[in-house]
Amino acid sequence: MDNRRSTEDVALGIRRRVFEHCMRNNGGYLSQACSAAEQLAFLYNEALNLGDPTLPAVPKPFGGVPSAQNADYVTGAGYNGPFQPHLDRLFIAPAHYALVAYATLIEMGRMAPEGLDMFNKDGSSVEMIGAEHSPGMEVHNGTLGIGLSTGAGLAFGRRRRRESGEVCVFMSDGEVQEGQTWEAVQAAAHHRIDNLWALMDVNDQQCDGAMDTVMEVRDIVAKFRAFGAVCVEVDAHDLDAMRQARAEPHEDRPLIILARSSPTQGMGFLRRRFPRLHYVRFKSADERAEMNAAIAEELGIPPVELEAH
Amino acid sequence: MAEMVNRPYAGAFEAYATAHPDVLCLSADLTSSCEIDGFRDRHPDQFVSLGMAEQNMLSFAGGLGLAGFRPFLHTFGVFLYRRPYDQLIASIAYPRRKVRLMGFLPGITTPGGMTHQAIEDVAVMRSIPNMTILETGDATEVESICAAADSIDGPVYCRVLRGSVPRLFDTPITVGQMRELALGDDVLIVTSGIATEEALRAHDALDHAGVSVRHLHINTIKPFDAGPLLDHIAAMSKGVVVLENHVTEGGVGSMVAEIMADNGVGKKLVRLGLNDTFAHGGSRAYLMKHYGLDAAALVAGIERLIGAKTGITEAQLAAVRVDAVHSAVKAEAL
Repeated sequence: MDNRRSTEDVALGIRRRVFEHCMRNNGGYLSQACSAAEQLAFLYNEALNLGDPTLPAVPKPFGGVPSAQNADYVTGAGYNGPFQPHLDRLFIAPAHYALVAYATLIEMGRMAPEGLDMFNKDGSSVEMIGAEHSPGMEVHNGTLGIGLSTGAGLAFGRRRRRESGEVCVFMSDGEVQEGQTWEAVQAAAHHRIDNLWALMDVNDQQCDGAMDTVMEVRDIVAKFRAFGAVCVEVDAHDLDAMRQARAEPHEDRPLIILARSSPTQGMGFLRRRFPRLHYVRFKSADERAEMNAAIAEELGIPPVELEAH
Repeated sequence: MAEMVNRPYAGAFEAYATAHPDVLCLSADLTSSCEIDGFRDRHPDQFVSLGMAEQNMLSFAGGLGLAGFRPFLHTFGVFLYRRPYDQLIASIAYPRRKVRLMGFLPGITTPGGMTHQAIEDVAVMRSIPNMTILETGDATEVESICAAADSIDGPVYCRVLRGSVPRLFDTPITVGQMRELALGDDVLIVTSGIATEEALRAHDALDHAGVSVRHLHINTIKPFDAGPLLDHIAAMSKGVVVLENHVTEGGVGSMVAEIMADNGVGKKLVRLGLNDTFAHGGSRAYLMKHYGLDAAALVAGIERLIGAKTGITEAQLAAVRVDAVHSAVKAEAL
């Protein structure tokens, strides 16, 4: 895809789109757009080498689960381009970031805006928790912690086939509470898997609230390094810092970029919701209207026209 | 007495894997216990050590499957599904990766006790969509399990025997085809895995006692074609006895019960196995006797089915094959 828009512009588009969607649909995964917009914009707009989409701009309805009888089954990976030896692969490990990922596909011209109208609708493939048949997804990652292992296995296999394309896993910091994440880093380091890198949205948030109150994970930079990865920590909203981190040499080791983010970046109004930001709901019509006006102003767009309820 | 074959998996896997470069040998720190230590030493480039980290190993294998490889995962059966069940579902079963799960020490074939004994693995695997289940019952089936497993278009779980294994059959596994080992018409005996050897021990004694048995050996548990089984059951005057190295819930006995019920077959069924119980550590012979998985237990089950004593004594059952727990032919005690 051509690098026609600036990554900053894509990131703003992601926030606006996710905000409008959450307003119309009475809530949603809004804070993930705040924290991850630059990261997903960075991945799709400049960091990853992806081919043109191979699937229709307007996603097809859910086509059934994989089975011996379902010969037409496809994953949503085609929205990230074809599988070719020189092209990169991307896994969105925190599947609840799906709305943000779909918004990114639209901003990048990989999916039609109508795709988001199917979000979380019965019979649609544009599911709330990204499934492997959902646009931009290739595997199920809804049980957090399995994404990096899958990426490591694919990267090992691609290296064995001498493919130049790399494997990138977009992760969330809650996943470091899962033991499997550490098993994956350990294995990637042991097998010198250096065609694997991860970009982790470190927003210090999880479902129950602030991570420190749920389960302290302590110094994860030191932990990743101790387990054998090259680990770099950056400001998730500083694109130059992310570019520099991506260029960090990591011969014989996986690269993990910890992107320290704000779960309210670009939507400061959400700070009053802290620390319950995992899924933003409106407590009243007044609150919804107030949020609509305030955040729309922050994002430089008119308030969303809400249907009467 | 059957010929005993030492470590049949070791040579069979090496021959198969070296002829198929997209087969990778994955191990989780039980390399010699799964008889792939020689392969590791001779073919290090095709061997992937993943350590004591089964959750990662299963998802990693899913990733290898995405790259077009067909990983053979080697560890004890229990470690392929109890701890990493979520990874088994999400990374392997759902996406139908061509991952070959080689589960060693099925049922009570280990002195390792509860933590090592895969006694409900068939029940678990049967309930997973897209999963194929194969079980080996002799050395020839162990020798042919790699080709059989690798012929499956999707994931497959195999119960693999190791160490000193009797040779009962002279033809390899044909996926989906059961073996007819006796063709009498009173009682149908259905067995799989090591239960087949036990049932064979009872053939002569039952024959002399006037019980005409038909005996089927199952090596493909899922998918299972009910048709031939129903034909056999229809030919029986008394009913069916199933003996398996597994709990009586959810395994081959349950499968036979489901097929009979689904098809309105009104014949008696006796299911023998671990009777809704965990086991403990001990020798295989001790455990089979203690938990009612041996030839004597099968005879007792048949007596229950036909409602009469056969008069068969322990001494009449064919000679017992004795394996010491720490015998030299074992890869190691556990």
